[in-house]
Amino acid sequence: MINTQVTIAGVTFKNPVMEGSGTFGSGMEYSEFVDLNRLGAVVTKGVANVPWPGNPTPRVCEVYGGMLNAIGLQNPGIEVFCERDLPFLSNYDTKVIVNVCGRSVEDYIEVVERLSDEPRADMLEINVSCPNVKEGAIAFGTDPAALSNITKEIKAHTKKPVIMKLTPNVTNIAEMAKVAEDAGADAISLINTITGMKIDIERRKFALANKTGGMSGPAIKPIAVRMVYQASHAVKIPVIGMGGIATAEDAIEFMMAGATAVSVGMMNFVNPYATVECVEGIEKYLERHGIEDINELIGCV
Amino acid sequence: MKKKTVGKVLSQKSLAPGIYDLEIETCLAQDAKAGQFVGVYTKDASALLPRPISICGVSDDKKSIRLVYRVAGKGTDEFSHLKEGDDVTLLGVLGNGYDIDRIKTLGNSDTPVRALLLGGGIGVPPMLELSKELSTAGVKVISVMGYRNNDTFLLDEFKKYSDTYVASEDGSVGTKGNVLDAVRENGIGFDCICACGPMPMLRAIKEFAGDRTAFISLEERMACGVGACLGCVVKTAKEDAHSHVNNARICTDGPVFEASEVEI
Ligand SMILES: Cc1cc2nc3c(=O)[nH]c(=O)nc-3n(C[C@H](O)[C@H](O)[C@H](O)COP(=O)(O)OP(=O)(O)OC[C@H]3O[C@@H](n4cnc5c(N)ncnc54)[C@H](O)[C@@H]3O)c2cc1C
Ligand SMILES: Cc1cc2nc3c(=O)[nH]c(=O)nc-3n(C[C@H](O)[C@H](O)[C@H](O)COP(=O)(O)O)c2cc1C
Ligand code: FES
Repeated sequence: MINTQVTIAGVTFKNPVMEGSGTFGSGMEYSEFVDLNRLGAVVTKGVANVPWPGNPTPRVCEVYGGMLNAIGLQNPGIEVFCERDLPFLSNYDTKVIVNVCGRSVEDYIEVVERLSDEPRADMLEINVSCPNVKEGAIAFGTDPAALSNITKEIKAHTKKPVIMKLTPNVTNIAEMAKVAEDAGADAISLINTITGMKIDIERRKFALANKTGGMSGPAIKPIAVRMVYQASHAVKIPVIGMGGIATAEDAIEFMMAGATAVSVGMMNFVNPYATVECVEGIEKYLERHGIEDINELIGCV
Repeated sequence: MKKKTVGKVLSQKSLAPGIYDLEIETCLAQDAKAGQFVGVYTKDASALLPRPISICGVSDDKKSIRLVYRVAGKGTDEFSHLKEGDDVTLLGVLGNGYDIDRIKTLGNSDTPVRALLLGGGIGVPPMLELSKELSTAGVKVISVMGYRNNDTFLLDEFKKYSDTYVASEDGSVGTKGNVLDAVRENGIGFDCICACGPMPMLRAIKEFAGDRTAFISLEERMACGVGACLGCVVKTAKEDAHSHVNNARICTDGPVFEASEVEI
């Protein structure tokens, strides 16, 4: 019997495959394509204390081997989320990781406190790395002192395990990982999107209304693998790796670089079955290589 | 059920310069209806996102769909080279489509409801399947299609299902000007409007409709096509069902909206 379970901060996942926040809605939209029971976890779209309208359109554009997005964290706010999305996810035998965003430390605290009584939220993922909103978000993720402060504040206001989601838009990812760990984070996830820009030369305009957007997709994968490797070797807490994962081979590459679990992001848009195909492909790989426990792969290079 | 599935090209021909007519055998035809669309994938791994293309026709045996599209960039250029027997990967069926039952209620009960279909440019194709479905449902259809010039692709096919009028920007056929110029010139009466075309045309139609019901089909840049990424929103007059922030998702709440419900 091959073991595909992994454990992060005391929470056991049936397999290491999740999806990237914001690329899977609340799970509902893709439940038509995949059986959510097959996933290690569902990671929900970033939710704030109040509804956020997000950015003007165009919000998305294609780039070579990936895409840019500047959604601006449109979300219905924590009340609707708790009344609608969490009960929906209760129907499934999978873990639920709630991704949290905010403009100020107080915003984040309001959300994590509200989630404290929700048994369906197994873990919290704190987005301090969204490049698409003016205040908050990425500011917390690029300044070590701010990252340390917000991590401590959130840990002081919740008993749930906390994952800090890091941005690649920094010079020293290992340092940021260490800062999060020292401030009490139970795990870290990376990478969020890389800030990019596209110009429509026919119209002489920015492709996105927000001018800049976050790049994701296969084109960023080598950067993500490198950062997961550096971050996971700088800390003892588990790392959730993502950035361009499309197949089981990609997922295994991230695990060998040091990730305990992995997320499929924008490739859900390209192949709505990508998550479950990763789960199945990992099982086959383990079988083919006679590996009895998936944990042997983590950081094995 | 939405699916990603591989279809087979039955035929492809060019209808006008840069305009192609593609017939694809696919299980998606089973559920496809007017106003809905499919995402068409390229074979080029650098161009990953599905291209949204509207349903222009569904075969009577519900085994194939017809897509009519304009070559606009690298994806549609690739599609224009597809030949009989080629595989083509589709995501669908996407979007809400037109609510025919609702349209049937919009007249006064003595005479059949009169639906005015307005299509502009590459907004013409989705109106063809709609004219067929409406006329089958007993609705009186009046089609007014607008073109740049005398490349009036699909126009003859509308005549099977509707009274048909035409406008062209250069005046080479029908009314010189846009579809609304043709509606006014011909004194066309109607109970409701269904429209697809460029944004300036849709804005003008929204204003022209006044308090009469108009359904318009919107376009926006899309990524997922299934309501997950929140990329493709339009401002709405009322709270949207998903995020409660007056931003509806065109790919799932639309692409067909009542004009009075959206701020365009
Ligand atoms: C709901 C809907 C229905 C549509 N129906 C039709 C149709 O029936 N016939 C038709 O000819 N066109 C239709 N379009 C427009 C069509 O999607 C674009 O022309 C097409 O995506 C261009 O792809 P490309 O690779 O050739 O262009 P590129 O410019 O190379 O595409 C780059 C990226 O931009 C996106 N993009 C470019 N133009 C548009 C656009 N106008 N709208 C949305 N995305 C765009 C592409 O999908 C791709 O992700 C529809 C669009 C929408 C949103
Ligand atoms: C459309 C879109 C929306 C996203 N929204 C969020 C979000 O709300 N919160 C968050 O932490 N990350 C968000 N992300 C980042 C992804 O979760 C992921 O970190 C990133 O896209 C890299 O992975 P990928 O290359 O597999 O997509 C979003 C990404 C995309 C493409
Ligand atoms: S394209 Fe993703 S929500 Fe519409």
